[in-house]
Amino acid sequence: MISRGQRILFWTLLVSSVLMAVVLLRMRERAMDRLLASAETMPLNPPAGRPVQSVTMMMANDMDGSVQPATQNLALPVDANARAHVILQHLITNYARPNSKHPIATNKGVNEIFFMTLPLEPNQVVPGTVAVVDLSTSFVDAHPSGIEPETLTLLSIIGTLHANFPQISEVRFLVDGQQRDTLAGHADLTRVYLASDAPGVKHL
Amino acid sequence: MHWIEGGRQAGGCLAIGFLLAPLASTLASAQSPSNAPPPAPPAVVRAAPRFAVVIDAAHGGADSGARLSDHLLEKDLVLTLSVRLRSMLSAHGIYVVTTRESDGAIPALNRAEAANHVGAAACITLHATTSGSGIHLFTASLTPIPMTRFLPWETAQGAYAEQSLRLSSEVDSAMTHAEIPVTLGRTALQPLDSFTCPAVVVEISPLSGTAHVTALSDPGYQDRIVAALAAAVEQWQRDWRQQP
Repeated sequence: MISRGQRILFWTLLVSSVLMAVVLLRMRERAMDRLLASAETMPLNPPAGRPVQSVTMMMANDMDGSVQPATQNLALPVDANARAHVILQHLITNYARPNSKHPIATNKGVNEIFFMTLPLEPNQVVPGTVAVVDLSTSFVDAHPSGIEPETLTLLSIIGTLHANFPQISEVRFLVDGQQRDTLAGHADLTRVYLASDAPGVKHL
Repeated sequence: MHWIEGGRQAGGCLAIGFLLAPLASTLASAQSPSNAPPPAPPAVVRAAPRFAVVIDAAHGGADSGARLSDHLLEKDLVLTLSVRLRSMLSAHGIYVVTTRESDGAIPALNRAEAANHVGAAACITLHATTSGSGIHLFTASLTPIPMTRFLPWETAQGAYAEQSLRLSSEVDSAMTHAEIPVTLGRTALQPLDSFTCPAVVVEISPLSGTAHVTALSDPGYQDRIVAALAAAVEQWQRDWRQQP
C-alpha cells in the first residue's frame, strides 16, 4: 500500500523532470540560435559606443593591375591589433562582394594580426614595427591562382596596413599560424615584405 | 645562406684556363730536355659567348597550377607554349634550353640550377591565369645589388635587375606590336629570384575585348603570344650582340 504522501512526491518529481527537460531543450535551441547568428554576422560587429572613423582601404583591380585607395567609415576598437584585424576583415569582405574588381569568394580572411616592435637600429630614432598577418586556410583555398591576383592581394593588404598604421615597416604572412610557401601557388609567402614597397597608389 | 657564381659561364671557364695554364707549362718543361727552348704559353682563345635562352614552363606533376577551365590546367598550357616557343626560336638558330619537357614535377631549386648553368642571355618563365586581361609581365621585386663573382642564392636576380627591366621592355614592345595589352609589374616568385640571367615572367590571361573574351585555349591567341615572344627574343639577341 503506497501512502498518499509518496504518491504526491512521485508525481511532483515526475512533473519536475519533464519541466526541466523542456527548459533544457529550449536553452539548447537558444544557444544554437545565438551561435548561428554570430556566424552570420562575421566578420565582426562594430563595437557599440565607439566613434566611426575614416579608414583607407587599398583596393586591388585585376583588370589594370592597380591598387587604388578608397575611404570607408568604420567603428573601430581601441586596441591596435584588433583595429587592424577589423580593417583587414572589411577589406576582404569587400572582395567577396558581387561585382568586385578583385574577386575572392570568401568572407573569412584573417585569423589574427600581431604587431611586434623591432629592435632599434643604430641610426634609427623610432623603432620599426613588424605586422604578422595570420590568414585563414579557407581564404587561401578560395583565392584565385595566378601571379597577378596573388600579388595584388598581398599589395592590397600591405598597403592598407601601411596607410592606417604608418609605424609598420615590415609585414609577414602566416596561414593558420604556420609558414606557407605561396598564397595560392605563386606569390612567395616565406619572405618579409617591406611596407615601403606599397606606396599610396601602387601599380603592379 | 647559399651562394652562386655570377656572370657569364664563359667567364668562369676562362678563369679556370688561366689557373691551369702555368701548371701545364711547368709539367711540360719538366718532361722536355733541359736544352730545349721553353714552349710558348698556350694561347687563350676567347670564344664568342653563345646566345642562349632558357624557357621555364611553370608547375608540373602534382603541382597543376591554376585551373584555367574544365579541361585546361596551367601546367599543360605553359608546357605547350614552351614547346612551341622553343621550336620557333630553334628554327631561327637560337640555342634554347627548357627546364621542363614533360608533365613532371621540377623543384624551383633545380629550375634555377639548370638556368644558371647555361649562362643564358635571357630567361623566360611562363605562367597562366584566368584573372585580368592580356599579358602580365613581371620582373623580380628584389632590391638591385651590385654584380659580384658570388651572389646570394635567394636574391641573385637582384644583380640583373637593370638587364631584366630592359628585357621586359623588349617583350612589352613586341606584345604591344601584336596588339596584346600588357600589365607591367614586380613580384616575389621562385625560381625567378635565383636566376643569374636577365629574366622575366610572362603570365598569360584571357583577352577581354569590348565585344567578347578570347579564351586561353584559343589557338590563334596562343600563336600571337608565341610569335610576339619570339620576336622579342630576336630583338634582344640583336641588342645583346651590341653590348660590350
